[in-house]
Amino acid sequence: MSLENNITKLEDGRLVLNMGPSHPAMHGIVRIILTVEGERVVNSEVEIGYLHRGFEKTCENSNYNQIIPYTDRLNYVSPFINEVGFVMAVEKMMGVELPERAKYIRVIMSEISRMTDHLTCIAANAMELGAFTPYFYLINARELLYQSGDMASGGRVTPNYFRIGGTSFDLTPDFIEFTKNALKKVDSYLSDTRKLLERNRIFYDRLKDTGKITREDAVSYGFTGPLIRSVGIDYDVRKYSPYLVYDRFDFEIPVADGGDNYARFLVRMEEINQSRKIIEQALLQLPDGPIDVDDYSVRLPQKDEVYGSIEGLISHFKLTFEGPKTPKGEIYFAVEGANGELGYYIVSDGTHKPWRVKVRPPCFPVTGALPRLINGGYIADIVATFGQINMIGGELER
Amino acid sequence: MELTGIIKEKFEKSILSSSVFYDNETIVIRKEDVFDVIKFLKDEQSFDFLMDVTAVDYKGYPDRNDETRFEIVYNLFSYKNNKRLIIKTLVDEKDLTVNSITSLYHSADWHEREVYDMFGIKFINHPNLKRILMYDEFVGHPLRKDYPFKKRQPRINLRDVGKNEEEK
Repeated sequence: MSLENNITKLEDGRLVLNMGPSHPAMHGIVRIILTVEGERVVNSEVEIGYLHRGFEKTCENSNYNQIIPYTDRLNYVSPFINEVGFVMAVEKMMGVELPERAKYIRVIMSEISRMTDHLTCIAANAMELGAFTPYFYLINARELLYQSGDMASGGRVTPNYFRIGGTSFDLTPDFIEFTKNALKKVDSYLSDTRKLLERNRIFYDRLKDTGKITREDAVSYGFTGPLIRSVGIDYDVRKYSPYLVYDRFDFEIPVADGGDNYARFLVRMEEINQSRKIIEQALLQLPDGPIDVDDYSVRLPQKDEVYGSIEGLISHFKLTFEGPKTPKGEIYFAVEGANGELGYYIVSDGTHKPWRVKVRPPCFPVTGALPRLINGGYIADIVATFGQINMIGGELER
Repeated sequence: MELTGIIKEKFEKSILSSSVFYDNETIVIRKEDVFDVIKFLKDEQSFDFLMDVTAVDYKGYPDRNDETRFEIVYNLFSYKNNKRLIIKTLVDEKDLTVNSITSLYHSADWHEREVYDMFGIKFINHPNLKRILMYDEFVGHPLRKDYPFKKRQPRINLRDVGKNEEEK
């Protein structure tokens, strides 16, 4: 169908329609200016910036430890991954090598976050398409994982758990048992959801062949994460440049063909499964030992050191007031976020504050491709597509 | 470093410097040749992903002259070879223009708009260069180092959407 021909033919039949910034069928604040012709979208323009909070400018004026709580608010459904990415970029600059236990904790929390993110995405997507029961199943499952993260960090949505050179607290004694049980329950919620959604005629028809993109376009638009895997490219940072201890686990990168919303849904469902597998293996292998590096220039000393020795006291004071210091230079470090490659580009001038922090949010290029995904389709398909690209305002606009 | 060698051979005069920082191979290229070098990398070295485009304002950075105030950073990735490459170029404050690479990568569209919005660097041949995160009435470019951290700007009136569309 040639769009240009249709525009000239039906000049007076066209309408300009605003979808958003605040629209009941869409989560997140984004404005889509649609040119419609009947029910068909002829042209569209995406306008973002409603949630821009100046994260990068604030980073330039804060020390490294002060930035960690801000990173929670980037992708607020998978906060642990944001923290891991930032903290590891800084650690790599400083040349810090983490103890084993800390690495495992980071993997476990990252995967919990990946699960919560995918669960939220699928739940919201199903609800917006009229399937309300799966929403409750999946949000219940997410709640269990949130409780697990809460148990470790003390924060349900904004945990502020990791520190440069370590972890704020060790896992609680009942964490492992609780998480194992939670994973079992999540699994049963998931299989219930599968039965309700996977072969559901309405759900299938709404997702199949909507929001379609070709492999070449997806690459050129810089898609990563579940969206690139839904066009058959198995790019995943965890496999392609393994960080932490991801190379020690047996897991697969699910790939689907088609590049439509249904393929994205299938990839996400399977990724939840793979994340569960990683957590189970990590909980089994979890070694004992310290959770922080033994270096006072990076990580706060233990309290008995602070009160018992002059070096401990001075380091505590210096780290609290000034924060850790990075050498001059720059780094790009990426982790696999729930939506794709989450990269941090940090430039340091050798002080306690970064000179520049740039986040590469995975949903930024995807939202940029939204017109390509929805043009030519029906207005109702926008809801399905928008749900499946999983735009997170906090991360998109920083 | 073999990739740097290949580029050096092909674009002898273009390379200003090259370095490796924390596993990131970085090449600094003359501003005029950015488009050609990235086109070469995309077409012949299979750097098919443009992960990110950003800029850094080096005004007041220790031990650095202010003549080349901005650096634009292109973050390329090759899926086939599993390789990352950072291409940088220097932008003088007197001439804040760079060739756009939107015709090579679709993703450059929004990334370049963001750089324009935050730093005021103009991309030549960009199809739709306007602000993306800030609103049109915003004055200045917030991520420049001389933009005060706590500066506030007056509230703007509500926009008439229908009228706005007609003007376009």
